[in-house]
Order: sequence, then structure tokens, then C-alpha cells
Amino acid sequence: MPPLARRLTRRLALTLFVLWGAATFAFAGMRLVPGDPARVIAGGVQANATPQVLDAIRDEYGLREPIVVQYARFLGRLLRADLGGSYQLGRPVSRVIGEQIGATLALAAGAAALGFGLAVALATLTAGRPRLRALSRAVEFCSISTPNFWIGILLLAAFSFHLGWFPVIGDDGPAALVLPCAALALPIAGVLAQVTREGLERALDQPFALTARARGATEHRIRVRHALRHAALPVLTLSGWVLGELLAGTVVVETVFARQGLGHVVVAAVRGRDFPVVTGVVVLSALVFSLINIAVDLLYGLADPRIGAAA
Amino acid sequence: MSAAPDAVTGGPYEPARLPATRACLTRVGLPRPGVALAVAFFALVCLAAAFPSAFAHAPDQVNPALALRGPTAGHPLGTDQLGRDVLARLVFGARPSLLVGVGSTLLAGVAGAAWGLLAALGGRVAGEAAMRLADVLLSFPAVLMALLVVAVLGPGTRNAALAITVALAPGFARVVRAQALVVRGSSYVRAAVGLGLAPARILLRHIAPNVVAPLLILATVNVGTALIAGASLSFLGLGPQPPAPEWGAMLAQSRDYLDVSWTLALFPGAAITLTVMSATVAGRALQDRYEGREAR
Repeated sequence: MPPLARRLTRRLALTLFVLWGAATFAFAGMRLVPGDPARVIAGGVQANATPQVLDAIRDEYGLREPIVVQYARFLGRLLRADLGGSYQLGRPVSRVIGEQIGATLALAAGAAALGFGLAVALATLTAGRPRLRALSRAVEFCSISTPNFWIGILLLAAFSFHLGWFPVIGDDGPAALVLPCAALALPIAGVLAQVTREGLERALDQPFALTARARGATEHRIRVRHALRHAALPVLTLSGWVLGELLAGTVVVETVFARQGLGHVVVAAVRGRDFPVVTGVVVLSALVFSLINIAVDLLYGLADPRIGAAA
Repeated sequence: MSAAPDAVTGGPYEPARLPATRACLTRVGLPRPGVALAVAFFALVCLAAAFPSAFAHAPDQVNPALALRGPTAGHPLGTDQLGRDVLARLVFGARPSLLVGVGSTLLAGVAGAAWGLLAALGGRVAGEAAMRLADVLLSFPAVLMALLVVAVLGPGTRNAALAITVALAPGFARVVRAQALVVRGSSYVRAAVGLGLAPARILLRHIAPNVVAPLLILATVNVGTALIAGASLSFLGLGPQPPAPEWGAMLAQSRDYLDVSWTLALFPGAAITLTVMSATVAGRALQDRYEGREAR
């Protein structure tokens, strides 16, 4: 097998292992809940479900069977991409996820674009310029240390309530996407800008930058055309981290701006212990996370041909 | 790319380094007075967490007549929707906030150290199992991991802290394992083995101290992340439950009164951010000092 195919096979095998692990954690979690699972499904201990209702629930969810059989059933359904039905919403989890994923993807994609764009712009402007760099570092440090929900609330207070430029809640139209994306992107941009600038400064010290300068290329051209590509690699390494931050951030930001989306759904599910929904979102995000990491691995070769040659 | 073999052990040489993100997060470059200020502020927050009544009184005293006022002489930071004093609630909120943020980091440090040492020194099967478990846990985002744990345990201060512990520990375990492998291959440990010292003595006197220092630094640098994660959980209503004052929870309540009083959202957020900043600056100063001393 060629090395690339072998590496890909190994990564995919690891992904399957990880998915199995995530599903098993989720299943164990469901069964580790103190108390009777049937009561949890019926709406918690407070809800006074009659014994008949509890019996019906036990039959419906197969809770009387040995735990090994339940586990095997659970994995079997998962293999057919059947995530089960939500306890609270009374609908299949896959449908719930399907309905909500669009809003979350729009938010995450917008934030990622804004974050990367801001970072590259900041880094290109400030790399190798001590005064600007010091200023930019201070700003980046502030944005990294600020929780994104506070940024969101401050943006809401200033631009929605005070100035009235953007809608206060809701998710229709691109205008409603601006503030949530900004709240989500700012902390990410802070980290990415630092990493990009470091890569740029390293690249600008190299002989090829000197060569380009000697040929009479403008400073701007050297930075954008020549050095930026070299700074891309360490930034690419952070893609997995960015995705994690985005997934975590959407949960919080959707709550701040009262938006629809997966984050909103998963918080409600965690509060109500709606395990099929929590399991579905966890397994799905583990899958996305693994696939993105594999894609990044493949992109290394494109960004820096030397890596592909060496591997 | 294959790692160069270590001259002593012949095995692959694994330098113990902080993960790239964390190292970059801390590259701040503040002058010395900044460090002193940060340490002083963090100490003040810790004092408030330890002895809140020395700084303020009656965080739960309701006074509807004074609800949602801005800063006044009697209430320097204003009052919330029930007329409670925001300053008092901030002071009393320091304890749960730090418990979730700092407590979870400490717990994760201890668990991660045990886990990483087991993986490095516990034999092939145990080591493989321990590291594959860490791979699985690290393969989905920490906050989702924490949400899963809260879903199982239910909301609350202790459970939120445990959730963040579970999310942080595998990362610490990786660093400890890498460092322990380096130390195990070092000549002084080989000398101790050659001298016939008891394994327990080698582990405690020779290996542990050299593994603990990098872990402590990583943990300090991570306090900021843990503080934000804890505040996020309580912002989502999964941490300390009302009426307990907690910074994230206070922010969540202020969201509903933004049109009336925007200062209500200002102070709890500033408390979180300043604490995160001071912890990060202090951790980074510690790191510099340690690395400087190491390089000499």
C-alpha cells in the first residue's frame, strides 16, 4: 500500500475506535444516572408517573433486558445511523439534528471565516513591526481572556439595545448573524493571530524573503504572496482546536442570542437528561472532529509539499 | 518524520513540550509591574473566596424598591433585578467561581499525574490502554465532554467542577506521560536503578519531582481556560444553582435586563475576565521563571 493510503486507513480505523468509545461513554452515562432510567424518560423524579406508565416505558425502551443486550442493540442501531427517539421532543433524534444543524453551521462557518480573516489581517499588518505588534498583542490577550458570552452580551447591549443596528433575538437574515459571529470569532482570532504572526516573522527571516526583497518586490507582496503560505502550516495545525472552540462556542452563543441550533438543543437536552439527543450530538461532533483532523492531515501535504515527499 | 533515537535508551526521544495552543496563549509579554499587579489581583480574588464576609455583607438581601439601580454611594456597583447588591454578590460569587475553575484544575492535575505515570511506567498493556482512553477523551471537544458529564451527574457546583476535571485530565495525562518517559530514560534514573534502589523510592524521589514541575506550570496556565469553561457551564444554568451568587450565573440573569441596566452585565463579566487575565499572566511568569532557571 502506498504510504498515504496506509496512513489514511490507520486514521479511519482510529476514527471508528473513537466513535465506538464516544458511543460507549454515552451509553454508560445513560445507565450511570442515579435512579430508575424509566423515571428519567418519564420526565424526572419530580414527575409523578404512574407504575403503568413506567412499565410501558420499560417495554418500549427494552429496559428489562440484560444490560449487555441493551448495549448490543444500542450499537446496532447506531451502525444504521438510527440515534433513537428524543425523550422530551417525541421525535427521532436524527430529525431534530437535521432541523437544527443548518443554523449552527451558518454560525460556525461565519465565525470561522471572520476569525481566520481577522487573524491573517492582524498578523500581516503587525508582523515584524514592534510597536504595532505590542499593541496588537495586548488586544489579542484581552480577546483571548474574555469569555465569548460576555462579548456577546456587551455586543447586544451596545449594538442591539443602545444603537438598534441589529435585531435583539431571532435568526432570520444575515443581519442576525453578525453579532453572534463576532462574539464567537473574537477569542479565536486572538489565538490565531498570535500563531500566524509568529509563523510570518519566522518566514520573513528566511533567505527567500531576502531574495524577493532584492528582486524589488514590495513589502506587502512579500508578506502576502511569499511569507503567508509558510505561516499557514502552524495555523492549519490549530484547525482541530478551532473546531472544538466553535462547537463549544455555538452552545453558549446560541443561548446568549436566543438562536435556534444544535447548541440550544443540546443544552435543553442536558438540563432535561434527554440522553438520546445528548448521545446523538456527542457522537456526531466526535465524527466531525475526527474527519476534520484527517482532512487537516491531508492538507499539510498541499500547504507544504516537503511534508508529502518526506512521509 | 521519525524521531531521532535517544542516545541513552535507544528508544524514540520524546521532548516534553506544552501543546502549541497553550504555549501561544501565554505569549503575552507584560512588563514586571503587570505581573505584580496580576498576582495581587488574583490573591485578592482568592482572599474574597476564602473570607467573603470580610469584604461584603448580605449578598442575598432582596430590596425590590431599589431594583436595577446603577452605581450609587450605598451600592457602588448598583443592584440587580431583585435589588440585591451587585458588589456583595460578586464577592460572594468568588468562591463558587474559583471552586469550579481552580478546583477542577487541581483535581485534573492530580488525576492526570496518576494517569500519565501509570501510562509511562505501568507496563505495556496498561500504558497502551491508558493512552488510547486519553485519545478517545481528547477526540471530542472538552466542553461537550463536560456537558455529557453534567447530563449524567446533574447540574451543581460540585458536578460542574467534576465535569471540567474529566475534560482537562486526559490532556494533563499526555504531558505527564511524555515527561515521565524522558525522565525514565535519563542517566540519573538509570544510575538509581543501577544502584539497586527500591522502585517506589525511584518513583517518588527521582521521577515524580521532575514530572511535577512541568505539570504545575501547565496547570497554572490552564486555570484561565478552566475558569472560562466553568463560567460557561454556570452561564448555561448547569453550574451553581440560584440563588447562589456566581459570576457566570449573574451574567446569565443580566441578559434579561439588558434594555434596563447594562451595568448589570458589565461587572460579573469584568470579574471573570480580570481573574482569567491575572491567572494567565501569573502562570506565564511562573513558566518563564522555570524555563529560565532550567536553561540557566
